[in-house]
Order: sequence, then structure tokens, then C-alpha cells
Amino acid sequence: MEENIIQVENLSKSFDISSKEPGLKGTLKHFFKRETTSIEVIKNINFGIKKGEIVGFLGANGAGKTTILKILCGLIYPSQGKLSVAGNLPYKRRSNFLKNITLVMGQKQQLIWDLPPIESFYLNAAIYDIEKFEAKKRIKKLSDMLEIEKELYIPVRKLSLGQRMKSELLAALIHKPNILFLDEPTLGLDINAQRNLRKFLQIYNNETDATICLTSHYMKDITSLCKRVICIHEGCLTYDGKLEKLLKKISPVKDILFICKTEKDAKELSNSGFIIKNQNHKEITITIKKDSIKSTLKKILNKFEIEDLYINEPPVDEIIGKILVKEKV
Amino acid sequence: MKIRKYIKIYSLFLSTSIASELEYKTNVIIDFITAILSLVGSVFLLSIFFQNTDNIGGWNFEQALIIQGIYTILNGITNTWFNPNLTEIVKHIREGTLDFVLLKPLDSQFFISLKKIAPSGFLEIILGFALLFYCISINQININLGFLFLCLTTLCCSIVILYSLWFLISTTTIWFVKTWNATEVLRSFLYIGRFPLNSFSFSLRIFFSIFVPIAFITTIPSEVFLGIAQLWKILSELIVAGIFFIVSRRFWLFALKYYTSASS
Repeated sequence: MEENIIQVENLSKSFDISSKEPGLKGTLKHFFKRETTSIEVIKNINFGIKKGEIVGFLGANGAGKTTILKILCGLIYPSQGKLSVAGNLPYKRRSNFLKNITLVMGQKQQLIWDLPPIESFYLNAAIYDIEKFEAKKRIKKLSDMLEIEKELYIPVRKLSLGQRMKSELLAALIHKPNILFLDEPTLGLDINAQRNLRKFLQIYNNETDATICLTSHYMKDITSLCKRVICIHEGCLTYDGKLEKLLKKISPVKDILFICKTEKDAKELSNSGFIIKNQNHKEITITIKKDSIKSTLKKILNKFEIEDLYINEPPVDEIIGKILVKEKV
Repeated sequence: MKIRKYIKIYSLFLSTSIASELEYKTNVIIDFITAILSLVGSVFLLSIFFQNTDNIGGWNFEQALIIQGIYTILNGITNTWFNPNLTEIVKHIREGTLDFVLLKPLDSQFFISLKKIAPSGFLEIILGFALLFYCISINQININLGFLFLCLTTLCCSIVILYSLWFLISTTTIWFVKTWNATEVLRSFLYIGRFPLNSFSFSLRIFFSIFVPIAFITTIPSEVFLGIAQLWKILSELIVAGIFFIVSRRFWLFALKYYTSASS
């Protein structure tokens, strides 16, 4: 059996957090006598990730996804539990471990703001002991893949958010890391930029067999990149498995759009006791359980005059939205 | 091998920082003018103090100028290296960008202390040395190798003490998040270093020697310049510098265990 490149056992993390009552009285009380409470943000989590896997971490804001990623890359000390990333204890931040991983955060940047990205790339290359000739080759290859050849020489502050994010990725990948921790890498990007970034990550994963741990609130990132997802709810792991299986489990229904011949038919159909999702003149969308599709369709087609119909899965965002607030999946 | 790597990286830090600063030409010119005016102002202030007296704390005006020269060099070093880097620590911790520093296979203290430079501080360093050379001639000081070695050693110790103090305060940001005020207090203490230690009362002399060793920073190198420093003072400056540097390093490594990173 293939060994896990990331192994987490009984991982917990607590933070001391102080709260403040509103108003001047609360402020003064908070200033002189701060009351802190220990909050367990990660609770006894277990999972393993194999080399080359792309795993999506799902959870609402504050669920603990980013904390897990930061523990895995060694930025935060865990309060309890065992963990191993590429055979290392991450929080020791040994040089050979750091050369093996990278972290990209959609909302933070490491590029030098006033200079073109190429300057930051060469600096990173020197930090990771990469010779100038080799660095040049890698920059050329990655900039071709990311389609940012021209932007290499324009000051970062003058780049668009999408170009900047691509440059951040290049800076983070120049040392050919085997494990990528990506925390909302497509945050704030337009649809095309998001698609390009996803395409790049897929190619990068295919070419290098790198392991990718990804958090994102854009479901398209998860559905197009991750076969496996780990769901986190209030610090607890609620699901770990295939995305496809999760979607089937959570949403055992399909949406069927019927285009009726007349508005009268549509009205009668809407009054026949089905779960109506949408209705617009002659068009009506009904939610039906997957195991009764055949019989229900037969019944409707026999009773009403239907011009056309479309069978759809409910939108992934809708399904995932349900997962995020569930304690158990 | 490791030293070569660090030298290479530092040369890249230098070139990227200078390139970044030179993006804003007017700002650089204003900084240069400020540096010149600041030195002129300080010498003028010192001359006012000596208007009605020939000596303060046993130092005459020509000798006090040496302290001013050393202060100018240290202020230049502060403005070139400490100010752009060490004040950034607070920002790194508040905004969570320290994450990128900690994930580099490089000493985090080296990275965070030397990543940036402000070239305008160079002018202050040059002006400080120019003032010192002027003082050497007006005080008729004989220069020899031993003298230069002692001067440079005590000056280096002063830089190490000042850096360590500043770095220690900045490190506490990991727990207290905002400590700008404390580094400002340190800078204002440094202004005190423009005057001879003997011009203060006994209790203040103790405070500035033991708790905030500003006395070591300017007075001892100045005494070395004048050839009046006692050996125990030079040795104690060396020891104080070593202790402060080790403590600041240990404290940084200890504090990092409590770093929780900023939320996303």
C-alpha cells in the first residue's frame, strides 16, 4: 500500500481568545482586565493524503480549514496530536522540509510591490539555492504555462489582480515543491482568471505529481480539481472521501425542467403535489428523488402535454452550502 | 557554503531595496535634504548648550561633537536598516505576512532584519564619519591601527546593542500585536545619546547604563576616540553587546513558538 505523504492523527489546536463587551465600560474592562477563553478550533482530526492527490478542504468561514493548512505547513504549533508531512514534523521547519512545500494565500502577497515580479523570482531562487541558469529555465517554463511572459517586467503594483496571483503562484513554485498548500488562491479573480488558474494547477499536478491541499469558497475550484474532499465543521472533520459520493449522499434528488405546451398545463402540473422549485409561464422545474425519476416522469408525461424536458443535478454550490452547516455528513 | 549563500542573498536584498526606493525619486531627494538639515540642526542645538559654558559633564564643545558624530552614524544606520526592517515586523505580524518569511529555508531573523534598506540613511552615515574626521583634526587625535581597531570595535558593539534592543521590543509584537510606541520610546532614548553621559544625574546614569544601555552606545565609542576610555568600559561594552545579541536571538526563537499567524 502506498504510504501517505501527509499523515494527521488526533490533531487538536486551541487558541486563547479574548472577548469584549460593547460600549465604553466594556472597553475599559477589556483594557484593564482582559478575560481570555481557550477555544478549541481543531478537534481531534485524523486523515491521510497520498502523493499526487488533490484534496479540497470544505467548511464555512471560521471552520478551521486555514488553521489546518497552517499547521500542516509548519506555521502553527499543534496543541495535540501526531502529524507528519513528507516525513517531517512541520513545526520544526527544517530546511529540507521547507524546500519541499509551498503556501499560496489568495489574500496575502509576497512579491516586492514596487518592482517587477522577475526580481522577486530571482530572490526566491537564491533563497532556495537554485542557480541563475536553472532559475531562468524554470521562470520561462512556468511563465509560459501561466501566460505571464510580458508581465514579468512590469512593477507588481501595476498588475491586475489576476496577473498578480499568477505571479504569486510562480514565485511559490520556482523551487518545484512536492506539496502545495493553497488557501483560496482564486479569491477575487474574474471567471476567466479563475479558469486559467485551475487549468494551470491541473497541468502542474499531472506533470509533477505534486500533492495539492486546497481551500476555496468557489465551488468550481473544488469540483474541477478535487476528486477528494475533507469537510470541516466547527473544527471537527465531518466527511473525508470522494466528492462525487458526497454529492450523491447529500443530494439524492434531481431537478427536472418541463416545458409545457400551454400555461394551463403548467398550472395544473404545479398543483399536482410535486415539489416546485421554479415556475415561469410554461416552464416549471420540479425536484424529484433520484430513485423515483422513472415512475414520476411516466406519470407526468401521460397526464400533461409536455413539449420538452431537461434533467439536471441541483447546483453544486447549493449542495455544498448544505454541507457547510451540517455537523454530520 | 552557507555564508556564500547569505552574502548572495544579501546582495539581492540590497539591489531590490535600492531599486524599490529609487522608484520614488522625489522621496529620496527629500530624505537626503532631511538628513543634512537634521545634522545642521543638531550641531546648532549643541552649540546653544555651550554658549554660556565651556564644558558639560567634563566635555568641551569639540569633544561633544564626537558624540554627535557617533550619534549621526548610528542614526544613519537606524534609518538605513533598523527603521525599514524592524518596524515592518509589527506589520508582518499584524497582517500575517510573517508566514512567508517563516516558510523560507533561510534564517528568519536574518531575513526580517536585513530585507530592506533606505539609501537616504547612507548620507547620514557619510556625514557622521565626515564630522568624526573633522573632530579628529580639531581635537588633534593621533590615528594608528590600534586606535582604529578600538574605534570600530566599540562602534560595532553600539550597533549590535541598538539593534538587539530594537529587535527585542519588536519581537514582543508576537504577543502584544502593537508595540510601535515602545520602539518610538527607544528612538527618543537614542536622542539622549547625543549628550555625554556625565551630564546626567547619577540615577539617570545608572538607568541609561544598566536598563537601557544608551550610555554604551555613544559615550564609550566617543571616549575611545578621545583616548580617555578605560579598558573595563570597552570590555563591558563588548560583553553587553554579546549578551544583548544572544538574548534577542533566543527571545525571537522562543516567541515564534507563540506565533499564531493572522486569520485569513
